[in-house]
Order: sequence, then C-alpha cells, then structure tokens
Amino acid sequence: MNANPDNEGVRCRNLIKDYGSGSSLVRALRGVDLNIAPGELTLLVGPSGCGKTTLISILAGTLNATSGDVRVLGADLTRLSKAEKTAFRARQVGFVFQQFNLLPALTAAENAAVPLVIAGYSRHIAVSRAIEVLKSVGLGDKIHALPSQLSGGQQQRVAIARALVHQPRLLVADEPTSAIDARTGQAVMRLIREMALQPQRVAIVVTHDPRVLGYADRIVTLEDGRVSSTERPTHELSGRPEEGAVHVA
Amino acid sequence: MTWIALKMLTGDRSKYLAIIFGVTFASLLITEQAAIFCGIMLRTTSQIRDTHGADIWVMNPNVRYFDDSKAISDNDVFRVRGVPGVEWAVNLYRGQGQAQLETGNFQGVILLGIDDASLTGAPIHMLLGKVGDLQIPDAILVDEAGFHQMWPHEPLAIGKAIQMNDRRAVVVGIFRSSQTFMTMPLIYTRFSQATLFVAPTRRMMPYVLAKCQPGARPEAVAREIEARTDLKALTRGEFSLMTMLYYLRHTGIPVNFGTTVLLGFFVGCAVAGQTFYLFTVENLKQFGALKAMGASDRRVVGMILVQALLVGAIGYALGVGLATIYGIVAQRYMPLLAFFLPWQVLVVTGVAVLLISLASSLLSIRRVLVLEPAIVFQG
Repeated sequence: MNANPDNEGVRCRNLIKDYGSGSSLVRALRGVDLNIAPGELTLLVGPSGCGKTTLISILAGTLNATSGDVRVLGADLTRLSKAEKTAFRARQVGFVFQQFNLLPALTAAENAAVPLVIAGYSRHIAVSRAIEVLKSVGLGDKIHALPSQLSGGQQQRVAIARALVHQPRLLVADEPTSAIDARTGQAVMRLIREMALQPQRVAIVVTHDPRVLGYADRIVTLEDGRVSSTERPTHELSGRPEEGAVHVA
Repeated sequence: MTWIALKMLTGDRSKYLAIIFGVTFASLLITEQAAIFCGIMLRTTSQIRDTHGADIWVMNPNVRYFDDSKAISDNDVFRVRGVPGVEWAVNLYRGQGQAQLETGNFQGVILLGIDDASLTGAPIHMLLGKVGDLQIPDAILVDEAGFHQMWPHEPLAIGKAIQMNDRRAVVVGIFRSSQTFMTMPLIYTRFSQATLFVAPTRRMMPYVLAKCQPGARPEAVAREIEARTDLKALTRGEFSLMTMLYYLRHTGIPVNFGTTVLLGFFVGCAVAGQTFYLFTVENLKQFGALKAMGASDRRVVGMILVQALLVGAIGYALGVGLATIYGIVAQRYMPLLAFFLPWQVLVVTGVAVLLISLASSLLSIRRVLVLEPAIVFQG
C-alpha cells in the first residue's frame, strides 16, 4: 500500500454490492478488483446493468458496498461513518452528472460555486472563484445565465466547472456525453481531459459512448458485475480521436 | 446555503405562490375566525364596559353573567353605601321590554334604568340630544343601531315615540354604543321611569353600581361589600371575565368557532403541506445532488426549514393583513359584524402558522433524509 495518501488512487478488492434481500436479491457487483492510479483518466465501460453506476457510486462515497475493501485517496470508505463520508465527498470529490443536475434557479456562476458554499465559503468568495473557473471552460460570457438559457453542452461545461471549482482529488463523471450531441460530447471529453488531469487527481468517467474511448488513459470494462478487462488504448496518430482513429489495445 | 435554499424556493414562481397561498389562506381563516370569536365574546360584556363611572357591580349572588340579572332588595343600595371604602352607590335597572312602534309592530328592547338624580352609567358617545334630557318625563335614549332597527331607512332624529307597557316613551337622544350580544335596541332611561316601562314585580333592582373612595382598591372594596352584604360584588374586569367565561362554558360558541379555526389550520396544513411536499419531491434530484456533493443532512434539513419558515412568514403577514383589512372594511358596511383583533389573536395565528410550516416541512424533511445521494447517478 502506498504510504503517501497524495499518491494513492483507487483500490478495490473483492467488492460486492447486493440490492434487496431474500428471493429479490440482486447482486450488482460480484467481486470487483480494481486499481486506478492518480494522474490518469479512466473510462468505465460495459453494457447496461453491468454495475458501472453502482461501482462509481461506491467509489464516490455515495453508496455503501455490501462487502469488500474500498480505499479511495487513502481513505478506507468501508470504515467511514456517514458524516465522514459526507465530509469526504465535500472535500475530495467532484461530480459530473449525466443530466447535469444544475439548480435551475441559480445562475451558471452560482451553480459552479455550490461545492465551495458547501465547503463553507461565503457566497461572494465562492461565486468569484466559480467565475474564474467558468472563464477557463469558455463560459465567461454566460456567468449570469440560468441553466434554461444554456445549451446542453454549455450546461455540461458549467457542471464540469462545478466539479472542479473546489480542486477535488477525485473526479467522477457519469455518462457526461450521453445527454448532448456527438460533436459537443467530444468537446466535453476534451475539456474533462484538459481540466481534470492533474498528477494527483483520479478521474473516472463512466460512458457508453465508443467515440470518447480515445480520451482514456485506461479503459476498464465491466461485465456482469465483474471487471472483465483493463486496457490502455493506443492512438494510431499522436492526437486524440477527433484527429484520428482509436483502437483499444 | 440559505441563499441557495431561497433561490430554489423562489425560482419556481408558480409553486412558490401556491405554497404562500395555502399558508395565507390558513392564516386569514384562523385570524378572521378568531377575531370574530373575540368580537362576539367582547359583545357579551359591552354593557359592562359602556357603563362608566362605577368601579364595582353589586348583584344577586346567583347571577352568572350580565344578562342573567336577578333582582335584589331596593334597600341593598343603602347597605352598599355603608360599606367602608365606598364613595357612592346607585341603583341600575337592567331588563328586557317590548316596544310597540308607531306601525303597530313590536320590538324587543334592552332597557337600562340609571340613577334618577346622578344619571350615573349613562352613555357617553351622544350623537343627537344630551343625557340631561333624560330628566324630561317619558324620555329615553336609543342607541344608533337600535334606532335603525326600529325605524329602518330613516335618518337619525329625536322626537320619535314608542310605547312600552302602555306608556309613551319619547326619544330625546341617540347614542353610539358597543354592539351588544343580543343585537336588540338599547334604551336608557331613568330608574324610576324604567320600572314603569316593564311589568311591575316585587323587586325591580338587579344591580347596584358603586364607586370606591380615592386610594381604595376596587377588589378589596368588592370583597368587603360581599362580606358585609352577602351580595356578589365584582369589579368591572371581574364581572366582564365572569360573563365571558359563562358564554365560553355554556354556549356552543367556542366549539363552533374552534371548529372553524381548526378547519383553517388543517386546510392550511393540507394545502401548504401538499404543495411544499410536491415542491420537495420535484427537487429531490437537486437535493440528492447537493447531498452527493457533500451537503450534510443537517444543512439540507436547514434549507427546507428556511424555505418553510419563509413561506410561513410571508403567508402569516399576508393572512393577518388581509384579515385586518377585511375587519376594517366589513365593519364599515356591516356594523353588526363582531370583529376584534387583540394581539393575542396575532400570537395564536403566528403559532398556528409556525406549526403549519413545520408540519408541512416534516414530510419533505423525512423524504430528503432517506434520500440516498447515489440517486443522482440513476439516469
């Protein structure tokens, strides 16, 4: 085990998650073993119902595993209390959701500021910092816009700004391109890669979209509640998918 | 997080207004019904409050409320005058009579006979004529509402005549009084005259009005009168309270009004609660997202409470304001409306609205507390 928490990523051992009980018991995860190092963008792929969402929920600390070990950024999530997990998420985790989950009554800047407000920053400071991040994702002219006034791609960029505004060490994105068109999806993935990848940050993206596989440093495939393969894509060309074809090695 | 909670609440304008409407309606209904209840209760004591000058009412020990007047001996006024601490005492007649109008119709009236010499207890808000004219033979004073009852659609005027107990009575003055509980015309005359306007009985005097000497405590003097005369002696406040308590305990008024007030409370709970709950349910994903991002249950509950208290405060203010406007306007056009809004009603309504707000938020809080933050990952 890595002694320095800053260098720790994600480590799962024999992770099991059951839903229901008795005859209605459904085993969503059937012993997942997984290591994800910081500084990499990992894509979680697999067919519907394979356990991707369950796994990402457990890694983000929003769901408890039935059994097994989960260490994320040096924290043993199986041993954390509910309050400790809440604090862990507030400090360490940035979320990008499939449906954006922006608060409709808040402006783009206010939405992006939410994690800082949760962390205890004043509204003024939180919004000021959020505006800086929004500028860096190309939404400097939309800081006062409500979500209803933004396109899907713009909303997802606000969501990315919100996920990163408090400098989390774990970025979790759930199907970030599924609610937007293909071209915008590419732009969003490029943004996630540019903004999220830092030496000490773990970035995990759940996706169904084969067109974004080329953005990954590692692709973890889940099937029937287990990791069926862990691969590193190779790029025939030096750039990312928009510049050329991608093959999974 | 407070500003986020408030923006979430006010962002959906239609739901925000619907919740406020529910609380406002409840607040209006509770305030209005409670104010009418207080107004009616106040009317039961209007003649006690309108009788100025005396500190103590002396009466038959079996009297239970003001209208339950039972005669005492004519000599009791002298016995009261002899009690230490009493500066003066006068008799007061209170009874019901039948007035025959010029049209031949009969009208029940409340007859008050005041001391012939001093006219103590006479009304003070004269609209026409003067109290001193009661010294004229057959003279009576009629209250404004009573005048309109007996002579509808006619302007206030003195000189009108009625008959009571086959005796002619002439209106020499018109006064404004507090509305009475029984809504019958109120007629003042001299004591000696009053005994002629009703069928004679062996004892005619139900009340003695007494004034305390300067520096004497009315309560202490009243107890002294009771000790020395075996009569019941009450200060104005005590007599008013006894009368109100009688109506509270022995009439259906509290039950009927209490039912309406409770109805307002439950309707408010139902309307505000349902709308607030639906508002929360529709925002569950947002609350889930906040919880996923690290907002603790305590902070999310705090957000819901802030939202509930805000709509509660606005609904309370609007409801109380509308009830007050209703009271002012309605009393102008409907003088018979009993409406009295003491500060206690505002406190009761405030507590009720607070309970409505808290009850409304309880279901929402429960729903959010059991909400798993992982819900945000479910499509």
